[in-house]
Amino acid sequence: MDLTIAILVTVVGASTPILIAALGELVVERSGVLNLGVEGMMLLGAIAGFVVQFHTGNHFLALICGAAAGMAASLIFGFLTLSLSANQTATGLALTIFGTGFSALAGASYSARPVTLMSPIFPDLAAHPVLRVLFGYSFPAYFAIFMVFAIWFFLKKTRAGLILRAVGENDLSAHSIGYSVIKVRYLAVMFGGAMAGIAGACFPLTLTPQWAEGMTAGRGWIAVALVVFASWRPFRLLGGAYLFGLVMTMELYAKAGGGPLSAIPSELWAALPYIATIVVLVLISLRRDASTNAPACLGKPFMPSN
Amino acid sequence: MTLSRRGFIKVGGAAMTLPLLGGTAFGQAEKLKIGFIYVGSINDNGYNYAHNQGRLYVEENLGDAVETMFVENVPEGPDCERVVRELAQQGCKLIFATSFGFGDSVIKVAPEFPDVAFEHATGYMKADNVGLYNARFYEGRAVCGVIAGHMSKTAKAGYIGSFPIPEVVMGINSFVLAARQVNPEFTITPVYISTWNDPAKEADAARAMIDQGIDIVAQHTDGPAALQVAAERGIVGGFGQGADMSAFAPETQLTAIIDHWGPHYLASAEAVLEGTWVPGDTWEGLKEDVVQIGPYNAKVPADVVTAAEAMRTGQIDGSVHIFTGPINDHTGTERVAAGVTMTDAELLSMDWYVEGVEQPA
Repeated sequence: MDLTIAILVTVVGASTPILIAALGELVVERSGVLNLGVEGMMLLGAIAGFVVQFHTGNHFLALICGAAAGMAASLIFGFLTLSLSANQTATGLALTIFGTGFSALAGASYSARPVTLMSPIFPDLAAHPVLRVLFGYSFPAYFAIFMVFAIWFFLKKTRAGLILRAVGENDLSAHSIGYSVIKVRYLAVMFGGAMAGIAGACFPLTLTPQWAEGMTAGRGWIAVALVVFASWRPFRLLGGAYLFGLVMTMELYAKAGGGPLSAIPSELWAALPYIATIVVLVLISLRRDASTNAPACLGKPFMPSN
Repeated sequence: MTLSRRGFIKVGGAAMTLPLLGGTAFGQAEKLKIGFIYVGSINDNGYNYAHNQGRLYVEENLGDAVETMFVENVPEGPDCERVVRELAQQGCKLIFATSFGFGDSVIKVAPEFPDVAFEHATGYMKADNVGLYNARFYEGRAVCGVIAGHMSKTAKAGYIGSFPIPEVVMGINSFVLAARQVNPEFTITPVYISTWNDPAKEADAARAMIDQGIDIVAQHTDGPAALQVAAERGIVGGFGQGADMSAFAPETQLTAIIDHWGPHYLASAEAVLEGTWVPGDTWEGLKEDVVQIGPYNAKVPADVVTAAEAMRTGQIDGSVHIFTGPINDHTGTERVAAGVTMTDAELLSMDWYVEGVEQPA
């Protein structure tokens, strides 16, 4: 029982940044834009969050600055792909490479400096052997869950969400009835950048209180994959992120604990999340309506004059 | 056009050197240019940081006689070949390739520059102008193992490894052999995370091991993440790897294994300067000061420090070799007979675990 609780606590920690980044990317993609720069924006958020926390000691300010760094990077992406209609795939990849390099440069003099982790919101309950599974986390874990509901509500129940989805499904129609496609997409891209920045800042602030080059180690790509896995739906994304986190964490607990699970080769554990993604994609494709729910304009530049 | 590109560079290079030759004719010795190639960032607090400290050590000791340059974050592959060639063309007469995976590139480029001395760290391919060097990190592991054997209350340690290569397996074995000399019940659980640098995964691996009863953590990855988790959870302690990591966990780092490449780099540079360099094949450790033990934490009791120091000095004077039999493997079968010491070749290809290692998947 104690071990189960301990595993779940670690799972929530590992899943939270992936969930936050994926939620941002989900909104971006629902507006019809594919931003593959999540990993780069996360790293920029991580170094910004680290530097601010190191100099001010204020964790919330660090999260906000992480968000700002991610948003600033997303504006570069937005300018290139939305204003100049550059290829989104290539620009997103470039953003990831830029973010990796720039964060390494900015962090070069911070490598031997530790910071402190964010404290749990409810310190008393966090010490409880059982209740800590629900109340033992710092702010980002609850923020992530809240955003799942908020984004679901926004997309399903609000007029602004309807406009965003319309822009993603049929940009020309949305344009013809008077909505500014570019403006809506800019806002979505900026939101995605801010979320990726917060997700990145979670690494030094909630997982491992240090800066290391490339410390997000590919989780931005998992976030991008999760959006497809979740077929662009917020609650499936919640389930998917925790499932990925569970598999990543179980690998470590199984190996550390011996027992039957430790007989599974580590290579297979590492492949499991991706095998799961492929299985889900196959299942989705086999459905009668064959709808993957992908936004119809995903990845296509908006050029009304053509 | 019969002039090949390489021939052209040679002619051009010769023409450019002429004025330099005129300058040195007045007796000013030309500076020795030394190139270093790193697989990662010099700011990693670990392996690459330590190599770069070695470069600075050479500069400190030889001053104006040398000029050093380095290229960091060089991927193991074709890119490395290009970097090796560029350094040689820029006039480096001594080039250190500091990662295992650079071997192929060095062997390929070295024949093109017969007057350049190449040295490859942790590799196995020698040539007329390619030497090899390595460090006996396992000697440091043995010192850590003694401390762990004395201080662990659960007699269980966790060991975060990158990949199950001989270098890592040797370290795990050395650690547990030393710990079991103190406490025969001691066991160690290795967890391989398939990466050198993923701090969040290192931290989660440490959490997974601590949640299941270990109270000492050691790691063979590049960063201090595991130590920080050990501090956060308040377990007995852990060890710095590659460099002193006490800044990250002042209460928790019991001691550290410090890579100290400086003396080796200095010796090679002096040999090249004196014209006595020959391709070597060195594997140096505590005795040569290439592996160092960091300061002991204040919470390590005096008798444990004495025991750890005995292990350290014993390995320096040669009276102790941790891989001396009898050694059983993890299934209990005897692999090394009593009184027999494993050879370096056997160590460098070690692919089995000693008794006390909980066999990982």
